[in-house]
Amino acid sequence: MFRYILRRLLQMVLAFFGTTLIVYALMFAGQGDPIQALAGERPVTEAQRAYLTEKYHLDATGVGGFFYRYFDYVKSLLQGDLGQSLTGRQIGDILQAAWPVTVKLALIALAVAIIFGVTAGVIAGIRRASIFDNSTLVLTLLVLGIPTIVLAPLAQYFLGVRWQLFPPTAGSEPTFYALLLPGIVLGSLSLATALRLTRTSVAENLRADYVRTARSKGLVKRRIVTVHVLRNSLIPVVTFLGVELGNLMSGAIITEGVFNIPGVGFNLFRGIRTEDGPLVVGIVSVLVVVYLVSNLVVDVLYAVLDPRIRYE
Amino acid sequence: MTHSTVQPTPASATPEGGHLLELRDLHVEFRTNEGVARVINGVSYHLDAGETLAVLGESGSGKSVTAQAIMGILDTPPAVVRSGQILYQGQDLLTRSEEQRRQVRGKEIAMIFQDALSALNPVFPVGWQIGETLRQRAGMSRADARRRAIELMDLVKIPGAAKRIGDYPHQFSGGMRQRVMIAMALALDPKVLIADEPTTALDVTVQAQIMDLLADLRRDLNMAMILITHDLGVVAGVADRIAVMYAGRIVEHADVRSLYKAPAHPYTKGLLESIPRMDVRGQELSTIKGLPPNLMRIPSGCPFHPRCPYVQQVCVDVVPHDLVLGDGRTSECHFAQEVRDDSAR
Repeated sequence: MFRYILRRLLQMVLAFFGTTLIVYALMFAGQGDPIQALAGERPVTEAQRAYLTEKYHLDATGVGGFFYRYFDYVKSLLQGDLGQSLTGRQIGDILQAAWPVTVKLALIALAVAIIFGVTAGVIAGIRRASIFDNSTLVLTLLVLGIPTIVLAPLAQYFLGVRWQLFPPTAGSEPTFYALLLPGIVLGSLSLATALRLTRTSVAENLRADYVRTARSKGLVKRRIVTVHVLRNSLIPVVTFLGVELGNLMSGAIITEGVFNIPGVGFNLFRGIRTEDGPLVVGIVSVLVVVYLVSNLVVDVLYAVLDPRIRYE
Repeated sequence: MTHSTVQPTPASATPEGGHLLELRDLHVEFRTNEGVARVINGVSYHLDAGETLAVLGESGSGKSVTAQAIMGILDTPPAVVRSGQILYQGQDLLTRSEEQRRQVRGKEIAMIFQDALSALNPVFPVGWQIGETLRQRAGMSRADARRRAIELMDLVKIPGAAKRIGDYPHQFSGGMRQRVMIAMALALDPKVLIADEPTTALDVTVQAQIMDLLADLRRDLNMAMILITHDLGVVAGVADRIAVMYAGRIVEHADVRSLYKAPAHPYTKGLLESIPRMDVRGQELSTIKGLPPNLMRIPSGCPFHPRCPYVQQVCVDVVPHDLVLGDGRTSECHFAQEVRDDSAR
């Protein structure tokens, strides 16, 4: 297990450099004149241009120059310096402010998926082909079919504006209550998937041979379901939810955009829109790390949950 | 067995002259979207204390379903027990409540299954699974259950039982896994052990070991055993009597010696003739032509008639009923005498 984790960590280093390189290349390849992009509409004086050219090593051209700047960037990245955005703010500071909001939102979404999705999935799995099972099937297909870009404004309009059950937008220092509606919207997709997955897994495990054995031992039905079946059925569900938490942490661009939540996704969206290269690359670099780490945690968790899995 | 935690069953016991376990005219069908499959069509057999009954038949003959009906672990739906009686110590289990039947499971009648790998829960250690029966059913403490689980694993001759108690099913070999299964079934000192093809998933050498173990345990613990198998070779050394099943019926019923010597049903005869024999040179192996019937469209008359070398018009028209041949032998064949005389020749 230890060797497996070590190997995975080494792979993560490669994956990290690979993804940052690609994002860095994509972000800056499109720019004609980075100095003009930095300055925006304002004119740039010769002195300023000379200063910036030297600061960002823009005099080195071609592929060599690109790698020169990339390694420059990685060097400061490894020292914990994400650099400045085009607006002059420290990217580290931006993330520090955005991260807690995104984490809160992700946890709300995950809680919604677990509390409603897994519970309903277990019930639907036990009562296969019942009215409950069929109605959850229709509802989940509906949710899975509606993209967030439609669902989020609809929820905002009806629940926030029309019936005023929730604050329609979150604002700069969002409370738990203000994050609740976006959390539910964000979590609804994970909820639907978790429900379908749990339902299938429970239904499948109820038919397993070991359930027949448990019955022949004379165990009560409740114990067979809650101990034997659930312990097995939840292995894929927990794995899914782990990966999903990684996804949710990487920022919900659309949800945060619609509800005006100053989280990671919101800042990333703004960075892309304003062609703020350093900001986008900075955020994505951190997201890559979050994603890689959460995936490793899920794989390790999987081995803990299922004794048949052994990593060598 | 020398432990006092499992209480002996009250002396209600078997009524005078009755059998320990008796099936009377059991009918089970499976109702599916494609139609109704008549899986058990009037099965009657009995089991006395301390004896071994082998139930023999091909896949789909209804032998496992019968066993699961006795245990009360059929999936209903699709299975429906249409009629019949399952008398245990003179009491009809089919009229009991689910809770009463649950009490019988494991404690009075226990069952072991064909494929121990899938029959054991993959995510719990074997000691935990054996101990679960003791904790849940006999009210043992965690520590007592653990100690008893080690004893049981010793009893079924798992080497280093105390060390292996925390291992998971997949860490055992096939034979050892089946021993775990047996240990689990023995936990509550059942009076009847149903072994549903206990050796089918195992290597031939391991098969013999498991069969010997089962025979020894049955004798030492004075249980009665129903041994379900499709393998005539497995049966010979272990069983007292044999019931041969075909299309959900007991077609022949006899003690082992006389059945092997002179089968009185063409199906049994066909089965025996399809086994290669060590003592006959240059023998041509015969097969039973055709396939087992589709249980949704069982042939009229005798269900074996489309495959039977003895077939006559009467077989197509009339369902044969048990023909008593003496010595407690029965055969569901219109020409039972003839077949037996042919076989004895």
